[in-house]
Formats: sequence, structure tokens, C-alpha cells
Amino acid sequence: MNKAKINNNSEDISFWYDPDKRSILYQIGSACLFAFVAWYLVSNTMANLERQSIATGFGFLNNEAAFEIGESLIEYSAADRYARALSVGFLNTLLVSFIGVILTVILGTFIGVARLSKNWLINKCAAIYIELFQDIPVLLQLFFWYAFFYEMLPSPRDALSPVKGLFLCNRGLIFGIPQSHPVYKYMAIAVIIAVIVIFFLKKWAKKRQDFTGKAFPVFFTSIFLLIGFPFICWLFGGTPTDMNIPVLKGFNFKGGLTISPEFAALLLGLVLYTAAFVAEVVRAGIQSVNRGQTEAAKAVGLKSGQVLNLIILPQALRVIIPPLTSQMLNLTKNSSLAVAIGYPDFVSVAGTAINQTGQAIEGVMLIMVVYLIFSLSTSAFMNWYNTKMALVER
Amino acid sequence: MESNLKNENKIIIKPPRSSVGILGWVRENLFSSPFNTVLTLIIATILWFSIIPFLQWAFIDSCWLPDSNCRETNGACWSVISSNYKIILFGFYPQNILWRPITAIILLVSLLIISRNRNYWNKILGYSWIISLVIMGILLKGGIFGLEPVDIEKWGGIILTLLLSVFGLTAAYPLGILLALGRQSKMPVIKTFSVFYIELIRGVPLISLLFMSSVVFPLFLPEGVSINGILRAQVAIIIFTAAYIAEVVRGGLQGMNKGQFEAADSLGLNYSKTMRLIILPQALKIVIPPSVSVLISAFKDTSLVVIIGLYDLLKTTQSTLSEPKWMGFSAEAYIFIAIIYFVCCFFMSNYSRKLEKELDTGL
Repeated sequence: MNKAKINNNSEDISFWYDPDKRSILYQIGSACLFAFVAWYLVSNTMANLERQSIATGFGFLNNEAAFEIGESLIEYSAADRYARALSVGFLNTLLVSFIGVILTVILGTFIGVARLSKNWLINKCAAIYIELFQDIPVLLQLFFWYAFFYEMLPSPRDALSPVKGLFLCNRGLIFGIPQSHPVYKYMAIAVIIAVIVIFFLKKWAKKRQDFTGKAFPVFFTSIFLLIGFPFICWLFGGTPTDMNIPVLKGFNFKGGLTISPEFAALLLGLVLYTAAFVAEVVRAGIQSVNRGQTEAAKAVGLKSGQVLNLIILPQALRVIIPPLTSQMLNLTKNSSLAVAIGYPDFVSVAGTAINQTGQAIEGVMLIMVVYLIFSLSTSAFMNWYNTKMALVER
Repeated sequence: MESNLKNENKIIIKPPRSSVGILGWVRENLFSSPFNTVLTLIIATILWFSIIPFLQWAFIDSCWLPDSNCRETNGACWSVISSNYKIILFGFYPQNILWRPITAIILLVSLLIISRNRNYWNKILGYSWIISLVIMGILLKGGIFGLEPVDIEKWGGIILTLLLSVFGLTAAYPLGILLALGRQSKMPVIKTFSVFYIELIRGVPLISLLFMSSVVFPLFLPEGVSINGILRAQVAIIIFTAAYIAEVVRGGLQGMNKGQFEAADSLGLNYSKTMRLIILPQALKIVIPPSVSVLISAFKDTSLVVIIGLYDLLKTTQSTLSEPKWMGFSAEAYIFIAIIYFVCCFFMSNYSRKLEKELDTGL
């Protein structure tokens, strides 16, 4: 502001040396350059598309896909449209990211805590794990696990069976699941009801503690409710115990639930790789809480569980959550490497669609939009979280 | 007084045997509580039962010499490496002139080792980097000084991996700095462009950019012009890395004290001089450690070019493994290149940690 005033007052400053006018010139210049480059690329592309007679637009989504997809959460056949094929891929990406994120957080927290252990052996094992898995490209790890499942495990005939009803072979991990029965639906509903009850219980317990100072054992009650409600349902539903055990028929297993080697390799690779980074995040978060905090909490007379829950975690989480979410996002983005080992995730399905239709621009655009939605929603969550958790400074 | 004290303390009580020496260390660090004892025993058992068979597999039962008959042993077949290491490391580079890429790599590694020490960071080192990069290019490409020309398409293996990461970072750094400055700029149009670019690129996986480079990029070019696949992948990696560098540099710029800008203004320096002489030298120094992390991930990410069919270290390994003779020895081959990646990344991350300690002035 000051600069502008000075410049306006002195008349001998030429047009070219006025910072304000200059900045407008720069902006117009860069906008023109951008527009020119965009126009050049678009016109080239249009000419090329016309010459190679490639269709444009997203109309192809309504055409028949005509390719099979190995694994799918929803019903799908080659006669379905591209739109449905892509949503199969999208759901597969969501599935592997969702399970991957949960397992990563659990494993990463364990290793991060182990890294801080006073036990030398555990500490060093965690350190070696972190260094080893961080420094090997995730794609190489995926190939390694895929080769492990495909080459080193026996064929279905000689499948390993460490536990009855569980088979490990080069067709994947196959295990028995309970035979479908209406009771299981009610048990799921019971779990949801238990969660709602726990939510209100927690509110009530906090209120009571605020008024009377008496603590209520929320944690144990919650566990009791979570197990008890479904169990009661199961008892009253006729206690079904039939299992759907896989049996070897011909060259493969029938029945049970199969986890394909592709999915297993992808999940294992992503989880082991990302957990190494999460462990570092967790370690840094715990270390960021001053030692004095623990000592003060103990001096006030809190039990060690309370120290962790009420003092350490709330402070450590403030440091942990932001980098943790970016690691979760990395896992989601890295799940696109599924295409290399043949798991039908979104990128892989879109890649097949690109190959078949030749509509590369639309295909790549779809991939980018899907991942942008993931990252934008994550950063929206992050902003919300940061404002919620920001230290209230007085 | 002193002599008195000495006499009184003549009997020196040694600490109990259980708290010093090896025994003390073991007690302190492995068996300090019942819980720790159990953990130690469990971990030790697991390690014992996994490491011994692994060592047996990798070293005792294994065959090492090229062309030995692997199928008969139970151990690792390192012959897959010793028979094919030329293909794995250098791809289709003509095998009679392998001294050229080897010299180039030695040159690169020795320069990197010299650059580890910050005392040597001066103009001469900068010039020698530029000259060496040119020499490396000439060595690899050939065509002058009587060197047999080698088509870029034939560069493979570790050459391609190093090329993509080293050139990727060198080109991405200036671009990233420009983007970071753009994001901090007060001009709305330029700021919008930069923010849009950075957020867009950071939001999508590298593989979508590589797809773009392999299938969409050819459509952008006018008729009759085509660019070789390696260069296209290189462009994608540069575009990708630049966005991450920009965020790292922005961190450095935001870490600068406001007084630095005001001091530069009061000296009458214009924007480019303020940045070039005052701000960037300090900001870039702060961000060396995170830049090394970006370099590490760029180095690891070059392995993704496998997916668009370029013959980098990973792809040459896979093409070896697809030969019937070597089918089924994936573990050995993957372990070999994992070691290469690990050694490179380990040295870089070690260096970044060392720098962090050096640069940490405790402020």
C-alpha cells in the first residue's frame, strides 16, 4: 500500500516501473500464455482425435463393456455397461483402501509404540522394520508378495491348512464362514443398537461425573454391551452353528469365502509399507507430549489408564492426526498400483476401458476426478478437524 | 581435609554385579519387568525360528554360480542374479560397451559422496555437477568423440532409474521454486494458477500422470511429431515432483522471518533481488532435509514406470523372470533389487537425518 502511494505521488516514475501496473501486466501476460498453450494443445488434440476417428465425450459409459472383472462387490457381467464396470472398480478401490487404512493404523500404532519401548530387542526390531519397509518401493513390495502368493504357496490340491476350515494356496486364502441364516441380520442390527446405547451412555456418564464426580466404567460396559446384545440375539434366534466349509472340487475350492492372491498381495503390501510411515508418525506424536505432563497427571492421582486417555492421547492426537490422514490418503493413492498385479481397482478398470475405446482423455480424467474427490474430502475433513482441535489460546 | 576423606572412603563399594556389565545391560534392557521378559522371549523365539531357516535358505543351501542347476537345491538360487546381472542392471544397453554406463554411475556416485559434505558446497562443485552431467549424457548417448551412439530407447535398468530420478529432481526443483513463489505471490491470477496446479497434482496418483504421458500426451502433439516414451515419462515425473517440491519450498518461505522481507525492502531491493539474495538462500537451506525426502520418494516412484512398459530396474528383472529357465525364482531376484533400492534410500535418509541435526541451530 505504501509503495503505491509513493509511486502515485512522484510523477517521474514511468509506467514500466510502477509495481501495481507491472503486476497487472504480469498477470495478463501469464493468463495469455496459459490460454495460448491450452488453445494449442486442445486444437492439436481435436485434430488428432478427428484423424484417428476417436469418439469424444462420456457417451461410451453407456456402451457394453464386454470384459470380465475377476472380483466384484456388486453383480457384474461382461454384458453390463462401462459405467457399471467403473463402479465395480471404484468399490474395489474403496474396499482395499478401507480395510487397508484400518489395518495400517493398528499395525502402525503397535510398531510406533514398540519403537519407544525400553525393551532393546523390541525397539530394534521396530526400528529395522521401519527402515526396511520405508526404503523399498511399494510397487516392488507388491510384486514380491504377489510372487510369494503365486509361486511359493502350493496348488489347491496340496493347500496348507493350519486350522480346520482354513486353506492357504496359490488361489488365495479360503476359509469357512457361517452358513447364511436370518439371525445374523438381527445380530448386525443388535451391534448398531449397542453402539447407539453406548453413545448415550457415554454422554450420561460424563454428565454424571461433571455433577457428582463419580466415574462410571464406560469402557467395560461398552465391551459388555457390544458382545452381549448380538449374543442374546443369537441365543434367541435358535443358536445356528452350521458352517459353510470350503471343499476341494476338481482344481479349486467350492464354498467358503475366498480372498484372492491379488487382493491379499495388494492389501499386505500397502499395509506393511504404509504402517512403517504411520509408526514414525505415532512415535513423533507420543514423543511430542512433554514428560512433565505424565508426571503432573500422576501427581494429581490419575491411574495410568486415565493418564493415557485424558492427558497423553488428546495432546498426542493433535500432532498425529494431520500427518496420519495424509498417510491414509497416500495409501488410497498407492492402491492404484493394483493395476500392476491385476487386481481390478478403479485405475485398472479405467485402463482397460481406455484400451478398448481409445478414449484416453476421458479415461484419465475420470481417474483424476475420482482421486481428487478422495483428496479434497480428506483435506476438508482435515480443515474441520484442525479448527476443532486447535489450541484455544487465551 | 582431602586426605581425611580419602582415608574414610577407602573401602569402595562396587555396584552389584547384576547392574553393570553385560549382565546389567541385559537385565536393564531385556528383562526389566515380567511383561518385558515375556515379550523378549516371544520375540526371540520368533526371530530364532525365522532367521535360522532364512539364513539356511539364503546362504547354506543356495547356489551362487551362474548356470548351476538351481532346481535341485532347496535353497536360494542366486544364479538368477549372477547369470543375468547385466540385463537386470543395464537393460538392453549394448553389452560390449558397458564400461560407459558404469563410468557414468561411478561419476554420479562420487559426486554425490563429495556433495554429502556441506563444506564443499561452492561454485566449483556446482560447475563440476553441470560438467559431469553433460559428460554422463555423452557417455551414455555416444555419437561424438568416436563413441558408438546408443539409442535412448535402449537405456534400461539402473541407468533409467537414475536418469528419471536425478533429472526429474534437477528439473523439478526450479519449477517447484517458481510454483512456491507463485503460491505466495500477491497477484491473484498467478496465485490461482499455482494453487490449482499444486493441489491438482498432489491430489492424483503418479500413475494417472504416467497414463497421461503414455496415452494422452501423444494426442497433444501436432501431426507427425512424436516424443520418445522415456522422455514423456520423464516429463510426467517432473510435473509430479515439482508440486511436492513446491510445497516443501513453501514451508521454507513461510518459515522466514517477516523482518527479512522488510529489511530487504528498506535496502531498496526489488522483488527478484529480494528473493535471489535474501529469502531463497535462507529458505532453501531450511528445506534441505525435506527435499531429500522428496528425492527419496521420487527415486522410489520411478519404479512405477514399469506400468507403462519402460525397462527400468524392476521391469528388466521381471523380463528375466519371464524366461522359462528362471521362472519361479522371483524371491531371489526381487530381494536383489530390493537391496539396491534399500542401500540407495538408506544412505539418502541417513544423510537427511544428519543434515537435520547439523542445521538445527536450536532456535
